[in-house]
Parts: sequence; C-alpha cells; structure tokens
Amino acid sequence: MAQTANPVFLRPVAEPEADTGKAITFSTPLALDCGRTLSPFTIAYMTYGTLNAARSNAILVCHALTGDQFAASRHPITGKPGWWDIMVGPGKAIDTDRFFVICSNVIGGCMGSTGPASTDPKTGKPYALDFPVVTIRDMVRAQAMLLDALGIEKLLCVTGGSMGGMQVLQWAASFPDRVATAMPLATAARHSAQNIAFHEVGRQAIMADPDWNGGQYYERAHPAKGLAVARMAAHITYLSEAALQRKFGRELQDRDQISFGFGADFQVESYLHHQGMTFVDRFDANSYLYITRAMDYFDLAGDYKGVLADAFRDTKARFCLISFTSDWLFPTPENKRVAHALNATAANVSFVEIESDKGHDAFLLDEPQMLATVRGFLNAAAAENGIA
Amino acid sequence: MLRPDLAAIADMIEPNARVLDIGCGDGTLLEHLKQTRGVDGRGIELSQQNVNHCVARGLSVLQGDADTDLAEYPSQAFDVVILSQTIQATRAPAKVLDDLLRIGRHTIVSFPNFGHWRVRLSLLLNGRMPRTQALDYAWYETPNIHLCTIRDFTEMAKDAGAQIERALALNTSGTRPIHADAPGPNLFAEGAIFLMNRRGGAAWGPATGRTGSS
Repeated sequence: MAQTANPVFLRPVAEPEADTGKAITFSTPLALDCGRTLSPFTIAYMTYGTLNAARSNAILVCHALTGDQFAASRHPITGKPGWWDIMVGPGKAIDTDRFFVICSNVIGGCMGSTGPASTDPKTGKPYALDFPVVTIRDMVRAQAMLLDALGIEKLLCVTGGSMGGMQVLQWAASFPDRVATAMPLATAARHSAQNIAFHEVGRQAIMADPDWNGGQYYERAHPAKGLAVARMAAHITYLSEAALQRKFGRELQDRDQISFGFGADFQVESYLHHQGMTFVDRFDANSYLYITRAMDYFDLAGDYKGVLADAFRDTKARFCLISFTSDWLFPTPENKRVAHALNATAANVSFVEIESDKGHDAFLLDEPQMLATVRGFLNAAAAENGIA
Repeated sequence: MLRPDLAAIADMIEPNARVLDIGCGDGTLLEHLKQTRGVDGRGIELSQQNVNHCVARGLSVLQGDADTDLAEYPSQAFDVVILSQTIQATRAPAKVLDDLLRIGRHTIVSFPNFGHWRVRLSLLLNGRMPRTQALDYAWYETPNIHLCTIRDFTEMAKDAGAQIERALALNTSGTRPIHADAPGPNLFAEGAIFLMNRRGGAAWGPATGRTGSS
C-alpha cells in the first residue's frame, strides 16, 4: 500500500552529489484533526546508520519549523551541512555507528512530503490554501505510518528541538507503547500567546506581499519579500539580546558612519537581510503559514481536559528534557511544566537546563553540556534496551 | 569507596526497588544502588550543575527543591524515598517529612546530630554557635537553618505519624543500631539514619485500621 520513490522538491537540486533520500507515498488515507483526510500522501525522509536485526536501535529525529529531513547530511538544495550535524553522525552524541536515525519532512512541509505546494489530485494543480490545516498530532500520525512502512514497531528514542520537541511530546502521548525514551529540547506542551503573536506577524508579512495572491503563486513569482520579512522577525526570536550584542553590537556594515537613510547601516540589519534572502531560496511561503499554524494550535493538555499529566498517564518512556537559560521563546519554565506533569504520573524524567547565551537556537549549536547530556542519556537507554 | 553513611543507607534498600533520592548530589548513591541493587532510581537535586553531571552519567535526575517540588509527586509512588543530610537545610522540615512519608512506602532520612556532646560542650565552653567537622559554617552563612538533635527528630517523626523501623547512630567509626528514644545516642552519635514508614498512618489517605507508632 506504500510506494517508495525519490522525493520531489519544490526547488531544483543544486548539489547533485547530495543524498536526496527517499519518499514513500501511502494510499491509505491520513485522517487529520480538522476532520479531513489526505490521500494519497507522501513522506520524504532520510535515514542514517543501520537498523539492527532486532529493529531495536531506531531513533526518530523530529525537525523544527523550518527544518527538514536533512538532519545529518548535506542539504541537496542549499549545499549546507545537516541542521543537526553537530549532534547526529558517526561517533557523535546521537551515534549513527550504533543507532539507526530516521528524520522525515513533516506533513505540510516543502521538502518532498505532501504540503500546500503538492499537487491536489482533484484539480491537478497545487493545493495552495485548499490544503487542509494540519496539526502536530497529524505530523506524528504520518510519522507513525512511515515507521510502520519501515517495519519499526518501537523507537529507542524520539527526539527533537522546538517544534520537533512538540512532536516528541505528542509521540509519548499518542503512542506510549512505541517510545522507549523521549528527549524533547527547548520546547513546550503548548504554544504561548507571545509565540502565537510572533507567528501571526510572520503570516501577515507573507499575506501582505502582493505576490502571495491568496496563496496562488506557484505558476508565477513567489512572495519572497513577505517570506523574508517573516523569517527576519522569527530569526530575532531564535537568538538572545546578549548574543546579538556580542555578535554585532552597533557595528556598521561596510561604512564608516551612519548614512542618514534606510539602507542597511548596521551589521545586524545586513545579517537579518541575508537570513531572510537565503531562507526564501529553500522554503515555501504557504508551508510557512501551515506549519506555524500547527505550532500555534499545539496544546497537549487541551486534548486531556486541561490536565497535562493525563497526556502522559500511559507512558512508560524515560524522559530527558533539556532547556537553555537564554531561550526566551521556549523558556525553562515551559520545559519545567512538562517535567512537573511527568512527575505527577511518577514517570521517569530527567531535566537539564543548559547555561548558554545563544537563545533558542542553542539546541542546534555546539553546546558541550547539551551534547554530554544527550550522549549520557542515550548510553543509558542503549544499555537498558540491550543495544551494544 | 562509598561514604559510610551512604553505604549504611544502601544496606537498607531492597534489590530492584523504586528509589527517589532527594538531594542526590553528583549521583554517587544512585549510581551505586543502580549497579549493586538494580534499583529503578530517580533523583532530585538543587544544583543544576550536579543535575547535568548525573544525567550525563545516565541517571534520571531533575533539578528541583525539596521544599517546593515534592507536592506534585503522587502518593506511594516509590518503594523508598531518601533524604540524605539535607533535612536540616530545608525551610519546612515537618512539611518535607510529611511529603516523604506520603510519597514513599519507606522513608530514609539521615542528618547531623546537634545533640552530640562536642556540640553541646562547644556552646557551653565558648558561648558561641558551635562549628564542628560535620557542620563547619559560621552561624550567619550556614545553609543548615533547621538543625536538630536525634530526640528532636524522633519527636517530629512521631508527630508526623511515622513508624520508626530502624534507627542507626552514625559516627566516623561506623554505624550501629540505636533506640531512637534512648538518651545515649543523642549525646554520642555524630549523626543518625532513620528508616520509617507511615503505611498505616491516619494522617493521610484511606484509613487501614492502624495508626502511627505513637
């Protein structure tokens, strides 16, 4: 019922050498939280390492808002290293010499999994805004079907940061028997009002771009300006005041004095412009709308009459929660709230707060304490599950 | 080598027990229990640095405070709850002990004995707050804000409805069993370890017909 092929990307592959991974198309419909179904649907994914004979060494890595399946290998469109290259690879904290790592593009994404840019079988044209609104739970449902197709019943670990962490929590709640350990980083069990507010700014920037055209732009110019502004605003929330100050201060860009104009006088402006422009080259504006919405709708306790602990009632998983001191997007108290809920069910939970001034993005960076924690936690998980 | 007081605590714990070590420090006791007794161990530790160290060692530990974070744990969730050399540093020792007895089927508490003769003599002769090897802080900077004697602790435990299963005197020379109410240990023990429970206690949960030890 599933067909494997090479993934189809929205943008041309610029790195012919890069592994583009695989894509599985399911004829079984994916039932969504909004009441609609998606059929057929495709999940594009990458795997790293080798699945052992007992099929017990699989780790699912869930990507964040603008991430994709290329966690530990060169991105075929940008040519950049994998987004979690620091974490995943041979001999690294998530050691692909020992573990079989799977990373799939979320449903609603634009790197080969079915999303708003995909062709609607009913019309033969891109879905655009006819694509159903998906949720974190829908993403996880689709991942579970992928694992079924790969013949993996139980995950040694499910991990990821930010929106990836939301998927980890949803995994533990939705599939308690399929998760041996769960390691969410820099995340929350619900999206805060402030975070919804930032997302709305991004969406409005996209929709205010005339090129957005009600989402119908696939045959013409994409809303690059709107998407770049959305990215710029979001990027600020991924950093910290201290990190921005340290990196740029009030330094001027290619000039000795201020210009009394509105060009990029300051280095920080130039940096943000660059972030916005490069993002547009690899991301679909409509996907950005859909995925930010999925994060906004995430409220795990809401599915359990407001009692977060009930979401974890059936879990037997060992948890390791990691937060960062300077992360103001998913601050420590939000992560701690999850720890408290897990405690209330007497679940097995570790909680580590890493000292860092790099803001929310710290989970993607070389933070030695984070890497040591992940390594230690996975070593214990491997030992408990009889993995060499 | 495990510290003698920790070794004495380890000896009280059944194999494969579910253990919560509150104030687990760098995880020495938890790791020992995991390796030698196969326990399902968890820890709570105030210092984030210690927590990170524990998790990197493969232990299940979270940052937390005995004074504020015990309330969220469900009743009787653990076979044994350990509070080692920490109760004298909590803000509300009676409340903490009450939570320990509620969370654990057994509770182990160890603490320095402020009734030891050296402490008494030091105050008598010098007229200043005693500083001993075990309690080497000036009065104005000590984290030990609620020091007690063995008799003080015994009274509090009884008030909390605890049944004292075992009490040990703790000296540099080793441990030996004591009667919690006897005056001798209160004078000669540098510290003590109590193993308690409140499974029949009337102070909480459904009554089972038994009351505490008093």
